[in-house]
Amino acid sequence: MRIELFILPFNIGLWFILVYCVARCIIWFRDLSRPDKLRLQRGFFGRAFVQSLREIFMESLLHRNIFRVNPVLGYMHMSLAFGWFLLIVFGTIEADIFGDSHLNPPHKAIFFRFYHPEPASGRVEIFFTFLMDLILAFILSGLLLAIIKRFRSKIAGLKKSARHTFTDRVALVSLWMIFPSRLLAESFTSAQYGSGGFLTGNLGAILVAIMPAQQMAIPFWWLYSISLGTFFILLPRTRYLHIPVELFLIFMRNSGIRTGDRSGTFSDVGIHSCSSCGICLNSCQMALSAGVTHMQPLYLHKEIRESREINGVAFNCLMCGRCEEICPVGLETTAIRMIQRREPLTGNDMLGIWKGFMRQAGATGNGKEIPANGFTDVSGTNGTSFSYLKKTPGRKSKVAFFAGCMTHLTPSVIRAMESIFREAGIDYTFIDREKGVCCGRPLMLAGQEKEARELINHNSFLIGESEARILVTPCPICYKVFSESYYSGLEVMHHSQYIDSLITSGRLRLKYTGRSVVWHDPCELGRGSGVYDEPRNVLRHIAQLCKSLEEKEMGLCCGGSLGNFKSGREVRRRITEDAAAILVSSGASTIATGCPLCKKTFTPASEIPVRDIAELVTDAFYTVSNASFVADLEPATMNIEK
Amino acid sequence: MNRFGFTITKGRLIDYDANDHSLAEIVMEQEPSLALCIACGCCGATCTAGGHTGFSLRRINLSLKRGENDTLRQEIARCMLCGKCTMLCPMGVNTRNIILTVRNTLKVLDGYAY
Repeated sequence: MRIELFILPFNIGLWFILVYCVARCIIWFRDLSRPDKLRLQRGFFGRAFVQSLREIFMESLLHRNIFRVNPVLGYMHMSLAFGWFLLIVFGTIEADIFGDSHLNPPHKAIFFRFYHPEPASGRVEIFFTFLMDLILAFILSGLLLAIIKRFRSKIAGLKKSARHTFTDRVALVSLWMIFPSRLLAESFTSAQYGSGGFLTGNLGAILVAIMPAQQMAIPFWWLYSISLGTFFILLPRTRYLHIPVELFLIFMRNSGIRTGDRSGTFSDVGIHSCSSCGICLNSCQMALSAGVTHMQPLYLHKEIRESREINGVAFNCLMCGRCEEICPVGLETTAIRMIQRREPLTGNDMLGIWKGFMRQAGATGNGKEIPANGFTDVSGTNGTSFSYLKKTPGRKSKVAFFAGCMTHLTPSVIRAMESIFREAGIDYTFIDREKGVCCGRPLMLAGQEKEARELINHNSFLIGESEARILVTPCPICYKVFSESYYSGLEVMHHSQYIDSLITSGRLRLKYTGRSVVWHDPCELGRGSGVYDEPRNVLRHIAQLCKSLEEKEMGLCCGGSLGNFKSGREVRRRITEDAAAILVSSGASTIATGCPLCKKTFTPASEIPVRDIAELVTDAFYTVSNASFVADLEPATMNIEK
Repeated sequence: MNRFGFTITKGRLIDYDANDHSLAEIVMEQEPSLALCIACGCCGATCTAGGHTGFSLRRINLSLKRGENDTLRQEIARCMLCGKCTMLCPMGVNTRNIILTVRNTLKVLDGYAY
């Protein structure tokens, strides 16, 4: 048995990456909480395992999700992943059938043509030679596409291409080198023995005319092996780590493990499964409209992987969730970002501040030790931030109405809702008519869970005291936190849902106004809470509904989002203008929305009027007396208690 | 001074030399739009927390720029980050980032407590 020296780089790389992956998986498994460990064990012997295999085939090899987003990009990923997989599988089978012995070590299959250069004899062997060449041609076609895409990303339909680190680029080059060097090595060896398939045989015949095959073959086998070895060795430090880790992620997800509240193993696995494909970058309004291209999930994940300071990145995001909707790996990008926001400041953040402003104390070592977990409480002397809030319960009623901070900035929405209640003859109690308290969602988005919980407790008390069965809010931000984080037990409804139920039950009779409207899906209502149909039902009832270019799951953010703490007015203005332009291009005469924040943000940027769904509904009343223009004259604070 | 019958009232004394401006510098670096504030008071007028207490972002900015970090430490926790002030600010000051930066920086400073 010949042992060739050139197999060494490949073998070193292969064993290194195998040991690394196994060790990593063991560490991740060890870090899992006990219930999650049990889930994983149960999943291994249950349906989850079969499901995972199917998903791994569809996503990790065929890249079905990328195909959906972009067929050219999908083909590129599929040819490299699926092609390489086929090459390994059929290469192993080929080596097993036609090699010297069965159950060969991996290098026998990878360098099969070197060990077995003789011309194929028999139909099966000829077929295999043909098949292997076909697969190689398949991979090379994808590789060609990848190289073109790297230099001209528009061809692959990408407006923005992801930036990669130096290590990533070295790994990328070694990945690119693998297949052409294999092609040339096989061609030269084939030329030497007069064997080979349609690709390697013919190419070899051409090359041998200008180059000496015998001398050229070995260097290219070396190159092939070195490319493989380099790629494997660099893998843990690059984005290509997603190749092995994604398999583990899919299995964990199918076993029922979800991105939790604290930075757990699953989000860590998710961060390492990010392939930096750049699809999130191409759906992000921060990048497309405002040209901010450093905070998208792929960069956040990279910064976390390399444990750099992420404060500026984590908080500079609209949290609209478009990237999560489109991510081919299915990462919960907003949840991962929320975990980063919630994390106590890391050592790196503190060093960043120290470096700039307090060099002396840091240098002399007079500073105290950094506390490992938590910091001294900054929430004032009382221990709680909002102890100043007084709990004064209001009137009791079946229906509670919570306007929210932003709705108080758009009093016309409150007036419209009040006239709708009156028109439908509903008795209700206004929870935050005066001295309202924030719902807690903005604090949650800032990662200040403890403070948010105080506000939630305060509001929960008031809502509980009202003894209401239904809580109606015209603000999607409030709606999301009410339905997710309040343990109140009552039915939470966005006002569009409530109006829809009033129409269905016949309590509210509306006429068709005939005006054309386009519905803007607020992020927190649409992607955030999955409410798409009810507002559309209401609008179809009273007006002609136009379709927007980007709607439902891919609806645009208005730019006013409370999720973003870092972006200033200019960035927001550009996002708002682009989003408004797309809504206006639908041809409607009015933009309808269900979010006071969106309404307020869009109004200065839109050429056509922006109205809340409740305002449009008041226009469609049969009885004139209750219509919104009358309601407009009434003071907002007027009490309608009977 | 005493000849004219004037004395300095201790409570009204703002000693710019003694006060610690490092916090203001950090915030100014991380959120430069703070410099745009004209102290018009729109933020305070609309403030949700201001409806319950004397809290106002305008006052936060004032004590921040004066370097009165103890007052700031007491006041800053009252903000609910609801964002109404950002919507109303005529100068486009990114108010919520000021609050967030002050809170996070205070955490760091108090953690070190030098």
